[in-house]
Amino acid sequence: MSALAHDAEKSETRVFDLDLVRRDFPILSRTVHNKPLTYLDSAASAQKPQAVIDVIRYQYEHEYANVHRGAYSLSEALTSKYELAREKVRQFINATTDREVVFTKGATEAINLVSATFGRTLEAGDEVVITGLEHHSNIIPWQLLRDQCGIVLKVVPVSDEGDVSLNDVAAALSKKTKLVAVAHISNALGTLLPIKEITAAAHAIGAKVLIDGCQGIAHEPVDVQDLDCDFYAFSGHKLYGPNGIGVLYGKEDMLNAMPPYQGGGEMISNVTFERSEWAELPAKFEAGTPPIVPAVGLGAAIEYISGFDRTDIAAHENDLLVYATEQLQTLNSIRLIGTAEKKAAAVSFVLEGAHPHDLATILDRSGVCVRAGHHCAQPLMDRFGVTATVRASFGMYNTREEVDVLIDALGHAREILC
Amino acid sequence: MQAAEKDEDILSLYQKIILDHGKSPRNAGVVEQHDCRSEGKNPLCGDRVTVTVAIDDEGQVLDLKFDGKGCAISIASASMMTEAVRGLRTDDVRKLIQAVAKLCKEELSPDQFIAEYGDGLGARLEPLTALSGVRQFPARFKCANLPWHTLLSCLDGSDSATTEG
Ligand SMILES: Cc1ncc(COP(=O)(O)O)c(C=O)c1O
Repeated sequence: MSALAHDAEKSETRVFDLDLVRRDFPILSRTVHNKPLTYLDSAASAQKPQAVIDVIRYQYEHEYANVHRGAYSLSEALTSKYELAREKVRQFINATTDREVVFTKGATEAINLVSATFGRTLEAGDEVVITGLEHHSNIIPWQLLRDQCGIVLKVVPVSDEGDVSLNDVAAALSKKTKLVAVAHISNALGTLLPIKEITAAAHAIGAKVLIDGCQGIAHEPVDVQDLDCDFYAFSGHKLYGPNGIGVLYGKEDMLNAMPPYQGGGEMISNVTFERSEWAELPAKFEAGTPPIVPAVGLGAAIEYISGFDRTDIAAHENDLLVYATEQLQTLNSIRLIGTAEKKAAAVSFVLEGAHPHDLATILDRSGVCVRAGHHCAQPLMDRFGVTATVRASFGMYNTREEVDVLIDALGHAREILC
Repeated sequence: MQAAEKDEDILSLYQKIILDHGKSPRNAGVVEQHDCRSEGKNPLCGDRVTVTVAIDDEGQVLDLKFDGKGCAISIASASMMTEAVRGLRTDDVRKLIQAVAKLCKEELSPDQFIAEYGDGLGARLEPLTALSGVRQFPARFKCANLPWHTLLSCLDGSDSATTEG
Protein backbone atom coordinates (compact mmCIF):
# COMPACT_ATOMS: atom_id res chain seq x y z
CA MET A 1 0.00 0.00 0.00
CA SER A 2 1.95 2.98 -1.20
CA ALA A 3 -0.41 5.41 0.47
CA LEU A 4 0.31 3.96 3.86
CA ALA A 5 4.01 3.60 3.37
CA HIS A 6 4.15 7.41 3.36
CA ASP A 7 3.94 7.48 7.12
CA ALA A 8 7.30 5.80 7.45
CA GLU A 9 9.34 7.67 4.87
CA LYS A 10 8.69 11.36 5.41
CA SER A 11 8.90 12.42 1.81
CA GLU A 12 10.58 15.56 0.56
CA THR A 13 8.58 18.49 -0.76
CA ARG A 14 7.22 17.63 -4.19
CA VAL A 15 7.76 19.85 -7.15
CA PHE A 16 4.40 21.22 -8.29
CA ASP A 17 4.10 19.56 -11.69
CA LEU A 18 0.57 20.10 -12.94
CA ASP A 19 0.50 17.02 -15.19
CA LEU A 20 1.61 14.81 -12.35
CA VAL A 21 -0.84 16.44 -9.96
CA ARG A 22 -3.69 15.75 -12.37
CA ARG A 23 -2.67 12.13 -12.59
CA ASP A 24 -3.07 11.87 -8.83
CA PHE A 25 -6.82 12.53 -9.23
CA PRO A 26 -8.32 9.57 -11.07
CA ILE A 27 -11.70 11.20 -11.76
CA LEU A 28 -10.06 13.88 -13.90
CA SER A 29 -9.50 11.41 -16.72
CA ARG A 30 -13.20 10.64 -17.17
CA THR A 31 -15.48 12.17 -19.76
CA VAL A 32 -18.90 13.80 -19.44
CA HIS A 33 -21.18 13.70 -22.49
CA ASN A 34 -18.15 12.41 -24.40
CA LYS A 35 -16.14 15.50 -23.53
CA PRO A 36 -13.21 15.56 -21.12
CA LEU A 37 -14.39 16.47 -17.63
CA THR A 38 -13.70 20.13 -16.86
CA TYR A 39 -14.34 20.31 -13.16
CA LEU A 40 -14.70 23.90 -12.02
CA ASP A 41 -16.68 23.36 -8.85
CA SER A 42 -14.06 22.64 -6.23
CA ALA A 43 -15.53 25.30 -3.94
CA ALA A 44 -18.58 23.05 -3.64
CA SER A 45 -16.49 19.96 -3.15
CA ALA A 46 -12.99 19.07 -4.27
CA GLN A 47 -12.02 15.88 -6.07
CA LYS A 48 -10.00 13.25 -4.26
CA PRO A 49 -6.44 12.13 -4.91
CA GLN A 50 -5.69 8.42 -5.22
CA ALA A 51 -3.88 8.51 -1.88
CA VAL A 52 -7.14 9.40 -0.11
CA ILE A 53 -9.18 6.84 -2.04
CA ASP A 54 -6.61 4.14 -1.29
CA VAL A 55 -6.54 4.84 2.42
CA ILE A 56 -10.33 4.70 2.71
CA ARG A 57 -10.44 1.45 0.82
CA TYR A 58 -7.56 0.01 2.82
CA GLN A 59 -9.27 0.78 6.12
CA TYR A 60 -12.48 -0.97 5.17
CA GLU A 61 -10.72 -3.91 3.56
CA HIS A 62 -8.06 -4.55 6.16
CA GLU A 63 -8.45 -2.63 9.33
CA TYR A 64 -11.94 -1.74 10.39
CA ALA A 65 -13.59 -1.76 13.83
CA ASN A 66 -15.03 0.85 16.17
CA VAL A 67 -12.64 3.23 17.87
CA HIS A 68 -11.81 3.73 21.53
CA ARG A 69 -13.80 0.65 22.45
CA GLY A 70 -12.34 -2.69 21.53
CA ALA A 71 -9.58 -4.16 23.63
CA TYR A 72 -8.38 -5.97 20.56
CA SER A 73 -5.79 -5.14 17.99
CA LEU A 74 -8.04 -4.17 15.09
CA SER A 75 -9.79 -1.54 17.15
CA GLU A 76 -6.54 -0.35 18.64
CA ALA A 77 -4.97 -0.02 15.21
CA LEU A 78 -7.84 2.05 13.83
CA THR A 79 -8.03 4.10 17.01
CA SER A 80 -4.44 5.07 16.61
CA LYS A 81 -5.00 5.98 12.95
CA TYR A 82 -7.98 8.12 13.98
CA GLU A 83 -5.90 9.90 16.58
CA LEU A 84 -3.03 10.23 14.14
CA ALA A 85 -5.40 12.00 11.76
CA ARG A 86 -6.19 14.42 14.57
CA GLU A 87 -2.50 15.04 15.04
CA LYS A 88 -2.13 15.72 11.32
CA VAL A 89 -4.92 18.29 11.51
CA ARG A 90 -3.26 19.84 14.54
CA GLN A 91 0.00 20.24 12.68
CA PHE A 92 -1.74 21.50 9.56
CA ILE A 93 -3.42 24.36 11.38
CA ASN A 94 -0.73 24.66 14.07
CA ALA A 95 -3.02 24.17 17.04
CA THR A 96 -1.25 23.99 20.39
CA THR A 97 -2.54 20.55 21.31
CA ASP A 98 -4.75 17.94 19.70
CA ARG A 99 -7.24 18.47 22.51
CA GLU A 100 -8.17 21.55 20.50
CA VAL A 101 -9.11 19.54 17.41
CA VAL A 102 -12.71 18.30 17.51
CA PHE A 103 -13.93 16.09 14.69
CA THR A 104 -17.44 16.87 13.41
CA LYS A 105 -19.31 15.78 10.34
CA GLY A 106 -18.52 19.03 8.58
CA ALA A 107 -18.20 22.79 8.89
CA THR A 108 -21.94 23.14 9.32
CA GLU A 109 -21.92 20.92 12.38
CA ALA A 110 -18.82 22.67 13.69
CA ILE A 111 -20.54 26.08 13.59
CA ASN A 112 -23.73 24.66 15.05
CA LEU A 113 -21.67 23.13 17.82
CA VAL A 114 -20.40 26.58 18.76
CA SER A 115 -23.82 28.21 18.57
CA ALA A 116 -25.34 25.42 20.67
CA THR A 117 -22.66 25.49 23.40
CA PHE A 118 -20.79 28.77 23.52
CA GLY A 119 -24.03 30.31 22.28
CA ARG A 120 -25.89 28.99 25.30
CA THR A 121 -23.69 31.10 27.54
CA LEU A 122 -24.91 34.30 25.86
CA GLU A 123 -27.72 36.46 27.18
CA ALA A 124 -30.48 38.54 25.69
CA GLY A 125 -29.00 41.72 24.26
CA ASP A 126 -25.55 40.22 23.67
CA GLU A 127 -24.40 40.76 20.12
CA VAL A 128 -23.08 38.39 17.49
CA VAL A 129 -21.49 40.04 14.45
CA ILE A 130 -21.40 38.34 11.05
CA THR A 131 -20.84 39.74 7.56
CA GLY A 132 -23.13 40.10 4.56
CA LEU A 133 -21.23 37.49 2.57
CA GLU A 134 -21.65 34.53 4.89
CA HIS A 135 -22.74 31.08 3.82
CA HIS A 136 -26.15 30.11 5.22
CA SER A 137 -24.37 27.80 7.63
CA ASN A 138 -22.81 30.83 9.30
CA ILE A 139 -26.11 32.74 9.37
CA ILE A 140 -28.87 30.35 10.36
CA PRO A 141 -27.26 28.99 13.56
CA TRP A 142 -27.05 32.56 14.86
CA GLN A 143 -30.63 33.33 13.80
CA LEU A 144 -31.78 30.26 15.67
CA LEU A 145 -29.84 31.42 18.69
CA ARG A 146 -31.36 34.89 18.39
CA ASP A 147 -34.84 33.40 18.34
CA GLN A 148 -34.05 31.20 21.33
CA CYS A 149 -32.34 33.62 23.66
CA GLY A 150 -32.69 37.12 22.29
CA ILE A 151 -29.16 37.85 21.18
CA VAL A 152 -28.81 40.59 18.58
CA LEU A 153 -27.43 39.63 15.19
CA LYS A 154 -25.46 42.39 13.47
CA VAL A 155 -24.42 42.19 9.85
CA VAL A 156 -21.35 43.99 8.49
CA PRO A 157 -22.11 45.39 5.01
CA VAL A 158 -20.45 44.14 1.83
CA SER A 159 -19.00 46.68 -0.60
CA ASP A 160 -19.83 46.88 -4.31
CA GLU A 161 -16.64 44.93 -4.95
CA GLY A 162 -17.83 42.16 -2.67
CA ASP A 163 -15.37 43.10 0.01
CA VAL A 164 -15.67 43.51 3.76
CA SER A 165 -13.59 46.27 5.28
CA LEU A 166 -11.94 46.20 8.63
CA ASN A 167 -13.42 49.62 9.36
CA ASP A 168 -16.93 48.36 8.83
CA VAL A 169 -16.29 45.40 11.10
CA ALA A 170 -14.87 47.72 13.73
CA ALA A 171 -17.94 49.94 13.42
CA ALA A 172 -20.20 46.99 14.14
CA LEU A 173 -18.38 46.09 17.35
CA SER A 174 -19.60 47.29 20.69
CA LYS A 175 -19.26 46.48 24.35
CA LYS A 176 -22.07 44.02 23.87
CA THR A 177 -20.35 42.07 21.13
CA LYS A 178 -19.65 38.57 22.37
CA LEU A 179 -18.75 36.85 19.11
CA VAL A 180 -17.59 37.78 15.63
CA ALA A 181 -18.26 34.95 13.17
CA VAL A 182 -16.83 35.52 9.69
CA ALA A 183 -15.77 33.60 6.63
CA HIS A 184 -12.08 33.31 5.83
CA ILE A 185 -12.89 33.23 2.10
CA SER A 186 -16.35 33.84 0.62
CA ASN A 187 -17.58 30.70 -1.12
CA ALA A 188 -19.81 32.71 -3.47
CA LEU A 189 -17.34 35.41 -4.56
CA GLY A 190 -13.89 34.25 -3.54
CA THR A 191 -13.24 37.35 -1.42
CA LEU A 192 -10.44 36.87 1.10
CA LEU A 193 -11.23 38.58 4.39
CA PRO A 194 -8.66 40.23 6.70
CA ILE A 195 -9.32 37.68 9.42
CA LYS A 196 -6.23 38.34 11.45
CA GLU A 197 -7.04 42.04 11.75
CA ILE A 198 -10.70 41.30 12.40
CA THR A 199 -9.67 38.94 15.17
CA ALA A 200 -7.42 41.55 16.76
CA ALA A 201 -10.19 44.17 16.60
CA ALA A 202 -12.72 41.80 18.15
CA HIS A 203 -10.33 40.76 20.91
CA ALA A 204 -9.60 44.37 21.69
CA ILE A 205 -13.19 44.81 22.85
CA GLY A 206 -13.32 41.41 24.52
CA ALA A 207 -15.31 39.49 21.88
CA LYS A 208 -14.49 35.97 20.73
CA VAL A 209 -13.92 35.06 17.09
CA LEU A 210 -15.09 32.17 14.95
CA ILE A 211 -13.65 31.78 11.46
CA ASP A 212 -15.65 29.80 8.91
CA GLY A 213 -12.65 28.34 7.18
CA CYS A 214 -14.50 26.07 4.81
CA GLN A 215 -12.97 27.73 1.76
CA GLY A 216 -9.98 29.26 3.49
CA ILE A 217 -8.43 25.99 4.56
CA ALA A 218 -8.10 24.82 0.96
CA HIS A 219 -6.39 27.92 -0.39
CA GLU A 220 -4.55 29.68 2.41
CA PRO A 221 -2.06 28.46 4.96
CA VAL A 222 -3.76 28.50 8.34
CA ASP A 223 -1.94 29.02 11.62
CA VAL A 224 -4.52 29.33 14.35
CA GLN A 225 -1.97 30.51 16.89
CA ASP A 226 -0.82 33.27 14.64
CA LEU A 227 -4.40 34.21 13.75
CA ASP A 228 -5.31 33.96 17.42
CA CYS A 229 -8.92 33.11 16.53
CA ASP A 230 -10.96 31.30 19.16
CA PHE A 231 -12.59 28.89 16.71
CA TYR A 232 -11.84 27.78 13.18
CA ALA A 233 -14.30 25.51 11.37
CA PHE A 234 -13.90 23.57 8.13
CA SER A 235 -15.02 20.53 6.15
CA GLY A 236 -12.73 17.79 4.90
CA HIS A 237 -14.38 17.47 1.51
CA LYS A 238 -13.24 20.86 0.26
CA LEU A 239 -9.69 19.98 1.23
CA TYR A 240 -9.49 16.99 -1.13
CA GLY A 241 -10.62 14.72 1.69
CA PRO A 242 -13.78 12.64 2.02
CA ASN A 243 -17.15 14.04 2.97
CA GLY A 244 -18.74 13.31 6.32
CA ILE A 245 -15.80 14.77 8.26
CA GLY A 246 -15.10 18.26 9.47
CA VAL A 247 -13.10 20.00 12.13
CA LEU A 248 -13.80 22.49 14.83
CA TYR A 249 -10.64 23.99 16.19
CA GLY A 250 -11.26 25.70 19.52
CA LYS A 251 -8.87 27.20 22.04
CA GLU A 252 -8.52 24.76 24.89
CA ASP A 253 -9.78 27.09 27.60
CA MET A 254 -12.80 27.98 25.48
CA LEU A 255 -13.68 24.35 24.86
CA ASN A 256 -13.21 23.53 28.53
CA ALA A 257 -15.54 26.31 29.57
CA MET A 258 -18.29 25.30 27.14
CA PRO A 259 -21.06 22.84 28.00
CA PRO A 260 -21.11 19.67 25.88
CA TYR A 261 -22.86 19.60 22.51
CA GLN A 262 -24.55 16.24 22.02
CA GLY A 263 -24.88 13.60 24.72
CA GLY A 264 -24.02 9.98 24.16
CA GLY A 265 -21.21 7.49 24.23
CA GLU A 266 -17.57 8.60 24.27
CA MET A 267 -18.25 12.05 25.69
CA ILE A 268 -18.54 11.00 29.32
CA SER A 269 -16.15 9.82 31.98
CA ASN A 270 -18.77 8.54 34.38
CA VAL A 271 -22.54 8.10 34.11
CA THR A 272 -25.18 7.51 36.74
CA PHE A 273 -28.86 8.31 36.42
CA GLU A 274 -28.39 11.20 38.83
CA ARG A 275 -25.49 12.86 37.09
CA SER A 276 -22.71 12.35 34.61
CA GLU A 277 -19.24 13.72 34.18
CA TRP A 278 -17.83 14.84 30.89
CA ALA A 279 -14.85 13.30 29.24
CA GLU A 280 -11.67 15.25 28.64
CA LEU A 281 -11.19 17.20 25.44
CA PRO A 282 -11.75 16.55 22.63
CA ALA A 283 -13.92 13.50 23.45
CA LYS A 284 -16.33 15.78 25.34
CA PHE A 285 -17.53 17.09 21.98
CA GLU A 286 -17.47 13.81 20.08
CA ALA A 287 -20.55 11.94 21.27
CA GLY A 288 -21.27 8.64 19.57
CA THR A 289 -19.29 6.69 17.00
CA PRO A 290 -17.43 9.34 15.04
CA PRO A 291 -16.79 9.40 11.27
CA ILE A 292 -13.76 7.16 11.75
CA VAL A 293 -12.65 6.30 8.25
CA PRO A 294 -13.46 9.78 6.88
CA ALA A 295 -11.17 11.20 9.58
CA VAL A 296 -8.39 8.89 8.49
CA GLY A 297 -9.10 9.93 4.90
CA LEU A 298 -8.83 13.58 5.89
CA GLY A 299 -5.46 12.80 7.44
CA ALA A 300 -4.36 11.34 4.10
CA ALA A 301 -5.61 14.43 2.25
CA ILE A 302 -3.66 16.70 4.56
CA GLU A 303 -0.60 14.59 4.04
CA TYR A 304 -1.10 14.80 0.30
CA ILE A 305 -1.32 18.59 0.28
CA SER A 306 1.48 18.94 2.77
CA GLY A 307 3.67 17.07 0.31
CA PHE A 308 3.78 20.29 -1.71
CA ASP A 309 5.00 23.74 -0.90
CA ARG A 310 1.68 25.48 -0.34
CA THR A 311 2.91 28.67 -1.90
CA ASP A 312 3.32 26.71 -5.17
CA ILE A 313 -0.32 25.64 -5.02
CA ALA A 314 -1.43 29.16 -4.15
CA ALA A 315 0.60 30.65 -7.01
CA HIS A 316 -0.94 28.23 -9.48
CA GLU A 317 -4.47 28.89 -8.25
CA ASN A 318 -3.86 32.61 -8.40
CA ASP A 319 -2.65 32.31 -11.97
CA LEU A 320 -5.91 30.55 -12.84
CA LEU A 321 -7.93 33.22 -11.07
CA VAL A 322 -6.17 36.07 -12.88
CA TYR A 323 -6.38 34.30 -16.23
CA ALA A 324 -10.06 33.41 -15.84
CA THR A 325 -10.91 36.95 -14.75
CA GLU A 326 -9.17 38.36 -17.83
CA GLN A 327 -10.74 35.90 -20.21
CA LEU A 328 -14.24 36.37 -18.83
CA GLN A 329 -13.94 40.09 -19.34
CA THR A 330 -13.45 39.50 -23.05
CA LEU A 331 -17.05 38.25 -23.24
CA ASN A 332 -19.74 40.76 -24.01
CA SER A 333 -22.24 41.84 -21.40
CA ILE A 334 -20.66 39.91 -18.60
CA ARG A 335 -20.91 41.20 -15.07
CA LEU A 336 -18.33 39.89 -12.65
CA ILE A 337 -19.67 39.77 -9.14
CA GLY A 338 -16.92 40.02 -6.59
CA THR A 339 -13.95 42.07 -7.70
CA ALA A 340 -12.22 42.56 -4.39
CA GLU A 341 -8.50 43.11 -4.46
CA LYS A 342 -7.81 40.00 -2.45
CA LYS A 343 -9.52 36.93 -3.81
CA ALA A 344 -8.92 33.24 -4.00
CA ALA A 345 -9.80 30.58 -6.53
CA ALA A 346 -13.33 31.56 -7.57
CA VAL A 347 -15.04 33.78 -10.13
CA SER A 348 -18.74 34.54 -9.95
CA PHE A 349 -20.59 36.20 -12.80
CA VAL A 350 -23.81 36.74 -14.68
CA LEU A 351 -24.27 37.11 -18.41
CA GLU A 352 -26.96 39.47 -19.59
CA GLY A 353 -29.83 37.61 -21.24
CA ALA A 354 -28.77 34.18 -20.05
CA HIS A 355 -29.87 32.81 -16.72
CA PRO A 356 -27.17 30.97 -14.75
CA HIS A 357 -29.15 27.71 -14.75
CA ASP A 358 -29.55 27.69 -18.48
CA LEU A 359 -25.85 28.38 -18.85
CA ALA A 360 -24.92 25.57 -16.47
CA THR A 361 -27.13 23.07 -18.29
CA ILE A 362 -25.49 23.89 -21.59
CA LEU A 363 -21.97 24.03 -20.13
CA ASP A 364 -22.50 20.56 -18.72
CA ARG A 365 -22.90 19.28 -22.27
CA SER A 366 -19.37 20.47 -22.93
CA GLY A 367 -18.18 18.55 -19.89
CA VAL A 368 -17.91 21.75 -17.84
CA CYS A 369 -19.13 21.56 -14.22
CA VAL A 370 -19.85 24.95 -12.70
CA ARG A 371 -22.19 25.94 -9.95
CA ALA A 372 -25.25 28.00 -10.86
CA GLY A 373 -27.40 29.27 -8.05
CA HIS A 374 -27.32 31.31 -4.89
CA HIS A 375 -24.39 29.39 -3.41
CA CYS A 376 -26.14 29.15 -0.05
CA ALA A 377 -25.67 32.91 0.29
CA GLN A 378 -29.07 34.39 -0.56
CA PRO A 379 -28.59 37.62 1.38
CA LEU A 380 -25.42 38.21 -0.63
CA MET A 381 -27.28 37.58 -3.89
CA ASP A 382 -29.91 40.12 -2.76
CA ARG A 383 -27.11 42.57 -2.04
CA PHE A 384 -26.08 42.37 -5.70
CA GLY A 385 -29.63 42.34 -7.03
CA VAL A 386 -29.43 38.88 -8.57
CA THR A 387 -31.08 35.59 -7.67
CA ALA A 388 -28.18 33.50 -8.86
CA THR A 389 -24.74 33.62 -10.40
CA VAL A 390 -22.50 31.21 -12.25
CA ARG A 391 -19.44 30.36 -10.21
CA ALA A 392 -16.33 28.72 -11.58
CA SER A 393 -13.96 27.71 -8.82
CA PHE A 394 -10.51 26.20 -8.95
CA GLY A 395 -8.58 23.51 -7.23
CA MET A 396 -4.90 22.71 -7.39
CA TYR A 397 -5.51 20.44 -10.41
CA ASN A 398 -7.20 22.89 -12.79
CA THR A 399 -5.48 24.25 -15.88
CA ARG A 400 -5.55 27.33 -18.09
CA GLU A 401 -6.80 25.07 -20.88
CA GLU A 402 -9.83 24.30 -18.76
CA VAL A 403 -10.49 28.02 -18.43
CA ASP A 404 -10.37 28.20 -22.23
CA VAL A 405 -12.91 25.37 -22.45
CA LEU A 406 -15.15 27.33 -20.09
CA ILE A 407 -14.90 30.48 -22.17
CA ASP A 408 -15.62 28.59 -25.41
CA ALA A 409 -18.54 26.83 -23.86
CA LEU A 410 -19.96 30.11 -22.56
CA GLY A 411 -19.77 31.59 -26.03
CA HIS A 412 -21.55 28.56 -27.41
CA ALA A 413 -24.21 28.71 -24.71
CA ARG A 414 -24.84 32.32 -25.53
CA GLU A 415 -25.36 31.50 -29.16
CA ILE A 416 -28.08 29.09 -28.16
CA LEU A 417 -29.72 31.28 -25.54
CA CYS A 418 -29.42 34.80 -26.83
CA MET B 1 -14.58 24.10 -31.93
CA GLN B 2 -15.84 21.04 -30.12
CA ALA B 3 -18.88 22.79 -28.73
CA ALA B 4 -20.16 23.59 -32.21
CA GLU B 5 -21.54 20.10 -32.82
CA LYS B 6 -25.30 19.84 -32.87
CA ASP B 7 -26.62 18.71 -29.54
CA GLU B 8 -30.16 17.57 -30.23
CA ASP B 9 -31.11 17.34 -26.57
CA ILE B 10 -30.06 20.90 -25.93
CA LEU B 11 -31.81 22.13 -29.05
CA SER B 12 -35.02 20.41 -28.05
CA LEU B 13 -34.78 21.91 -24.57
CA TYR B 14 -34.15 25.40 -25.87
CA GLN B 15 -36.56 25.42 -28.80
CA LYS B 16 -37.37 28.74 -30.42
CA ILE B 17 -40.73 28.95 -28.78
CA ILE B 18 -39.19 28.42 -25.32
CA LEU B 19 -36.56 31.08 -25.89
CA ASP B 20 -39.18 33.42 -27.28
CA HIS B 21 -41.49 33.06 -24.28
CA GLY B 22 -38.46 33.15 -21.98
CA LYS B 23 -37.36 36.52 -23.35
CA SER B 24 -40.74 38.09 -23.98
CA PRO B 25 -43.10 36.52 -21.51
CA ARG B 26 -46.83 36.98 -22.07
CA ASN B 27 -49.19 37.97 -19.29
CA ALA B 28 -46.44 39.02 -16.94
CA GLY B 29 -47.72 40.99 -14.01
CA VAL B 30 -50.50 40.81 -11.48
CA VAL B 31 -54.25 40.43 -11.91
CA GLU B 32 -55.43 43.23 -9.63
CA GLN B 33 -58.91 41.80 -9.06
CA HIS B 34 -57.73 38.28 -8.37
CA ASP B 35 -59.60 35.55 -6.52
CA CYS B 36 -56.48 33.69 -5.58
CA ARG B 37 -52.77 34.28 -5.44
CA SER B 38 -49.89 31.97 -4.72
CA GLU B 39 -46.14 32.37 -4.57
CA GLY B 40 -44.02 29.44 -5.68
CA LYS B 41 -40.38 29.00 -4.86
CA ASN B 42 -37.64 26.67 -5.81
CA PRO B 43 -35.45 26.91 -2.72
CA LEU B 44 -32.60 25.11 -4.45
CA CYS B 45 -32.01 27.89 -6.93
CA GLY B 46 -33.92 30.87 -5.58
CA ASP B 47 -36.29 31.07 -8.53
CA ARG B 48 -39.74 32.34 -7.68
CA VAL B 49 -43.00 32.92 -9.44
CA THR B 50 -46.23 34.48 -8.20
CA VAL B 51 -49.47 33.53 -9.89
CA THR B 52 -52.68 35.55 -9.61
CA VAL B 53 -55.96 34.22 -10.98
CA ALA B 54 -59.46 35.64 -11.45
CA ILE B 55 -62.23 33.02 -11.64
CA ASP B 56 -65.88 33.65 -12.45
CA ASP B 57 -68.93 32.13 -10.73
CA GLU B 58 -69.07 29.22 -13.17
CA GLY B 59 -65.50 28.20 -12.31
CA GLN B 60 -63.95 29.57 -15.45
CA VAL B 61 -60.53 31.23 -15.44
CA LEU B 62 -61.17 34.81 -16.50
CA ASP B 63 -57.66 36.03 -16.20
CA LEU B 64 -54.30 34.94 -14.87
CA LYS B 65 -50.86 36.49 -14.77
CA PHE B 66 -47.52 35.61 -13.37
CA ASP B 67 -44.73 37.61 -11.89
CA GLY B 68 -41.36 36.12 -11.28
CA LYS B 69 -37.68 35.66 -11.74
CA GLY B 70 -36.14 32.57 -13.13
CA CYS B 71 -34.42 30.71 -15.91
CA ALA B 72 -35.61 30.53 -19.51
CA ILE B 73 -37.40 27.27 -18.82
CA SER B 74 -39.42 28.41 -15.83
CA ILE B 75 -40.33 31.76 -17.33
CA ALA B 76 -41.32 30.22 -20.68
CA SER B 77 -43.36 27.59 -18.90
CA ALA B 78 -45.16 30.27 -16.87
CA SER B 79 -45.80 32.40 -19.94
CA MET B 80 -47.14 29.50 -22.00
CA MET B 81 -49.22 28.40 -19.05
CA THR B 82 -51.04 31.72 -18.89
CA GLU B 83 -51.94 31.45 -22.58
CA ALA B 84 -53.08 27.85 -22.31
CA VAL B 85 -55.15 28.19 -19.18
CA ARG B 86 -57.08 31.41 -19.75
CA GLY B 87 -60.70 30.66 -20.38
CA LEU B 88 -60.56 27.06 -19.17
CA ARG B 89 -62.75 25.70 -16.42
CA THR B 90 -60.79 25.07 -13.23
CA ASP B 91 -61.45 21.32 -13.27
CA ASP B 92 -59.91 21.18 -16.74
CA VAL B 93 -57.01 23.27 -15.50
CA ARG B 94 -56.35 20.71 -12.79
CA LYS B 95 -56.25 17.93 -15.34
CA LEU B 96 -53.95 19.94 -17.52
CA ILE B 97 -51.55 20.59 -14.64
CA GLN B 98 -51.21 16.85 -14.12
CA ALA B 99 -50.77 16.22 -17.80
CA VAL B 100 -48.00 18.80 -18.11
CA ALA B 101 -46.10 17.17 -15.26
CA LYS B 102 -46.34 13.84 -17.07
CA LEU B 103 -45.29 15.45 -20.32
CA CYS B 104 -42.19 16.86 -18.67
CA LYS B 105 -41.28 13.45 -17.32
CA GLU B 106 -41.30 10.52 -19.64
CA GLU B 107 -44.85 9.50 -18.78
CA LEU B 108 -46.70 11.07 -21.68
CA SER B 109 -45.51 11.69 -25.22
CA PRO B 110 -46.36 14.99 -26.91
CA ASP B 111 -48.81 13.14 -29.20
CA GLN B 112 -50.53 11.42 -26.30
CA PHE B 113 -50.67 14.73 -24.51
CA ILE B 114 -52.53 16.35 -27.39
CA ALA B 115 -54.70 13.28 -27.99
CA GLU B 116 -55.78 12.88 -24.38
CA TYR B 117 -56.10 16.45 -23.22
CA GLY B 118 -56.42 18.39 -26.41
CA ASP B 119 -60.07 17.68 -27.07
CA GLY B 120 -61.28 20.92 -28.55
CA LEU B 121 -58.17 22.64 -27.20
CA GLY B 122 -55.65 21.35 -29.70
CA ALA B 123 -54.25 24.60 -30.95
CA ARG B 124 -54.07 25.99 -27.47
CA LEU B 125 -52.13 23.03 -26.07
CA GLU B 126 -49.78 22.60 -29.01
CA PRO B 127 -47.13 25.06 -27.75
CA LEU B 128 -46.92 23.28 -24.41
CA THR B 129 -45.45 20.20 -26.07
CA ALA B 130 -42.20 22.16 -26.34
CA LEU B 131 -41.85 21.65 -22.59
CA SER B 132 -41.24 17.96 -23.25
CA GLY B 133 -37.61 18.85 -24.09
CA VAL B 134 -36.99 18.94 -20.36
CA ARG B 135 -37.36 15.17 -20.04
CA GLN B 136 -33.70 14.64 -20.97
CA PHE B 137 -32.73 16.97 -18.14
CA PRO B 138 -34.28 15.64 -14.94
CA ALA B 139 -32.51 18.35 -12.92
CA ARG B 140 -34.58 20.93 -14.79
CA PHE B 141 -37.99 19.34 -14.27
CA LYS B 142 -38.64 21.61 -11.33
CA CYS B 143 -37.99 24.66 -13.47
CA ALA B 144 -40.63 23.63 -16.00
CA ASN B 145 -43.07 22.54 -13.34
CA LEU B 146 -42.77 25.41 -10.86
CA PRO B 147 -45.44 27.66 -12.43
CA TRP B 148 -47.90 24.80 -12.78
CA HIS B 149 -47.27 23.58 -9.29
CA THR B 150 -47.84 27.12 -8.07
CA LEU B 151 -51.06 27.44 -10.06
CA LEU B 152 -52.34 24.23 -8.48
CA SER B 153 -51.67 25.47 -4.98
CA CYS B 154 -53.33 28.75 -5.96
CA LEU B 155 -56.49 26.91 -7.05
CA ASP B 156 -56.30 24.89 -3.83
CA GLY B 157 -56.40 28.15 -1.89
CA SER B 158 -52.83 28.03 -0.60
CA ASP B 159 -50.77 31.18 -0.83
CA SER B 160 -47.42 29.49 -1.19
CA ALA B 161 -45.84 26.53 -2.88
CA THR B 162 -42.40 25.04 -2.94
CA THR B 163 -40.79 22.50 -5.20
CA GLU B 164 -39.27 20.78 -2.19
CA GLY B 165 -40.95 18.28 0.11
C1 LIG C 1 -17.91 29.27 3.36
C2 LIG C 1 -18.64 27.99 3.67
N1 LIG C 1 -19.11 27.78 4.91
C3 LIG C 1 -19.74 26.66 5.25
C4 LIG C 1 -20.00 25.66 4.33
C5 LIG C 1 -20.73 24.44 4.74
O1 LIG C 1 -19.93 23.30 4.61
P1 LIG C 1 -20.56 21.85 4.75
O2 LIG C 1 -21.77 21.82 3.87
O3 LIG C 1 -19.46 20.95 4.28
O4 LIG C 1 -20.88 21.63 6.19
C6 LIG C 1 -19.55 25.84 3.02
C7 LIG C 1 -19.84 24.82 2.00
O5 LIG C 1 -20.42 25.07 0.96
C8 LIG C 1 -18.85 27.02 2.69
O6 LIG C 1 -18.39 27.22 1.45
